[in-house]
Amino acid sequence: MITHAKEAEKFNKDEARVDWHDDTLWFVRQKRDRMAHNIPEWEQLREKASQIKNHTLSNLDQYLVQFEKQALANGVHVHWAANAAEHNQIVFQIIQKHGFRKIVKSKSMLTEECHLNEFLIGQGIEVIDTDLGERIVQLRHEPPSHIVLPAIHLKKEDVGETFHQHLGTEKGAKDPQYLTEAARQHLREKFIAADLALTGVNFAVAETGGIVVCTNEGNADMGAHLANVHIACMGIEKIIPRQADLSVFLRLLARSATGQPITTYSSHFLRPASGKEMHIVLVDNGRTEQLARTDFRNSLKCIRCAACFNTCPVYRRSGGHSYHTAVAGPIGSILAPNIDMRKYADLPFASTLCGSCSNVCPVKIDIHDQLWKWRQILSQEGHTGTAKATGMKLMSAVLSNPDIYRFAGSTGRWFLRHVPSLASNSLNPWFKQREMPEPPKESFRDWYLKNRKKPKGE
Amino acid sequence: MKVGLFVPCYIDQFYPNVGIATLELLEKLGCNVTFPLNQTCCGQPMANSGYSNLTKGCDANFVSNFSEFDYIVAPSGSCVLHIKEHLKDTDHPEKAAQIRKQIFELCEFLTDILKINSLPASFPHRVGLHASCHGQRGLHLSSMSERNEPSFSKPGHLLSMVKGLELVQAERPDECCGFGGTFCVFEEAVSVKMGKDRIEEHAQNQVEYITGGDTSCLMHLEGILKRQQSPIRIIHIAEILNSSISN
Repeated sequence: MITHAKEAEKFNKDEARVDWHDDTLWFVRQKRDRMAHNIPEWEQLREKASQIKNHTLSNLDQYLVQFEKQALANGVHVHWAANAAEHNQIVFQIIQKHGFRKIVKSKSMLTEECHLNEFLIGQGIEVIDTDLGERIVQLRHEPPSHIVLPAIHLKKEDVGETFHQHLGTEKGAKDPQYLTEAARQHLREKFIAADLALTGVNFAVAETGGIVVCTNEGNADMGAHLANVHIACMGIEKIIPRQADLSVFLRLLARSATGQPITTYSSHFLRPASGKEMHIVLVDNGRTEQLARTDFRNSLKCIRCAACFNTCPVYRRSGGHSYHTAVAGPIGSILAPNIDMRKYADLPFASTLCGSCSNVCPVKIDIHDQLWKWRQILSQEGHTGTAKATGMKLMSAVLSNPDIYRFAGSTGRWFLRHVPSLASNSLNPWFKQREMPEPPKESFRDWYLKNRKKPKGE
Repeated sequence: MKVGLFVPCYIDQFYPNVGIATLELLEKLGCNVTFPLNQTCCGQPMANSGYSNLTKGCDANFVSNFSEFDYIVAPSGSCVLHIKEHLKDTDHPEKAAQIRKQIFELCEFLTDILKINSLPASFPHRVGLHASCHGQRGLHLSSMSERNEPSFSKPGHLLSMVKGLELVQAERPDECCGFGGTFCVFEEAVSVKMGKDRIEEHAQNQVEYITGGDTSCLMHLEGILKRQQSPIRIIHIAEILNSSISN
């Protein structure tokens, strides 16, 4: 079974690369800090965004219906998918109806979550990711390691090698401009040849029925404008009530994500161009279940900025793939157990609960508190293993009884002093790269009894 | 002022000097301090591992030891935060609620309750401060680097009163050290890497000591420092603030 701890251990075999990965993402965190700290009302903006999202989640049924009504009035086809399989089927049917063979995609974490690419490719459709980072990982048959920076785990040398193999660039080339130009030429061909463009959705406005897609590369626009059919796929939590609310979210999104004031392209799609077709697929896939979990519902406020990834000291030193889920990092660790508790039981433990994630979150999700709460549920549901449960019961028995605690303490220290190899051995994970603390002869309590426990009244 | 001294279990067992320094410091500042003899643990090791259902014994024991004080003070932000957030006692809910309000981490007790402005302490050394996460973000002992807020540091303010002490700021002022309770063994690789990175920043600053308010983080860093045979030593902030007595 894949676990974060095991994957992270592998990732840490190359320490220089871990340092590079950590520094690269810390650089993004610092850019975010500079942006956030230069906006005096930053904390109020976060609060405002949080309130809008809370309000929307509490009235999601109404806003979804309103959105559908407006979108239909705009001439957009609206589809509802209860789960990933339905979503994939809906997309495939639209493609099939037109007899299309080639589609281009801009970034959509939802389609990653639904494993749409594998499904469509299995049906004989050519699916090309057009976000540069996503195209790089697609060529390498890897999932993205980060929701905003999909290829952040790769160095330019790695990209050079991938492009050499797949795009015929010179062997050993690592000049970013040269490699980007090769990708640009390659993707232009794909854009022109595509029958259909699929995009994600950053915000869906209930008031207007319009959607907003934020990219830095303009690839969503290029795809959607060139193709005759545009499908936009969105989780149902992407709804915001009013167009005016975008003024809050667009200010927060790019600043939190990459430390830019705004994404290069914030594209508003309201209705299909004349003679063209536009579809929106609204996907549940576990979201209503999460909405019903009181302690976790507000994880649905997430706007996928990945600020929590960039600040997470564990993510930076374990890499996105170690989370073995489409959305990695702290937010992924509270979203994934909702979908499959057994498979993702390790993720809420892949954290020190340092709390930095909750502090950077632009919509104020209490991420680290939810990690703690997931731990409680996972242990109660029996997903943390019998060895751990037994150990915890023993620990609890010792620490609940002062006499047993003192006996265990003094005996334990005696053994550590006289038989240090009991703990200082290769079976003890602490000792692998750390020395054990030196056990003192007497506890604080022993000292206190000798030095302070005077007759009453002193 | 009746102060109950809470000495977390691992400090009691492995770092008695931290408890002694805390006690002496509080006494020096005029507090009437008692160490309730039947205290054990706050229950955090179980709760953070997902077993908060197993903390009832610790909770009841904590309440029976600490319900007779004006304030409860502990040299650990992490244990204090756990009590503040999670102490429950179904038999004595009002006592538990009272304790959650009365408990303070040492630095915040000195700055917010005793409001001290000077200390007769002396520690002529170059020192790096490790801001432990639960004190930092949970108890808000310092301004947090992620937030847009005025800069302050309660431990920094206290250390500025110590004669001869030269405080050197680490490049990332509030990054986690990777201890994280059972995280330190279940996620050993990342935990140690995080600790090494914290140490590296302090080593580049050529500090003689790394101090902080949580012995758990310091114990983790100490384990790595000793394995590296580094000359840098760890010292709890209570030991520095009390240094004129113990030196």
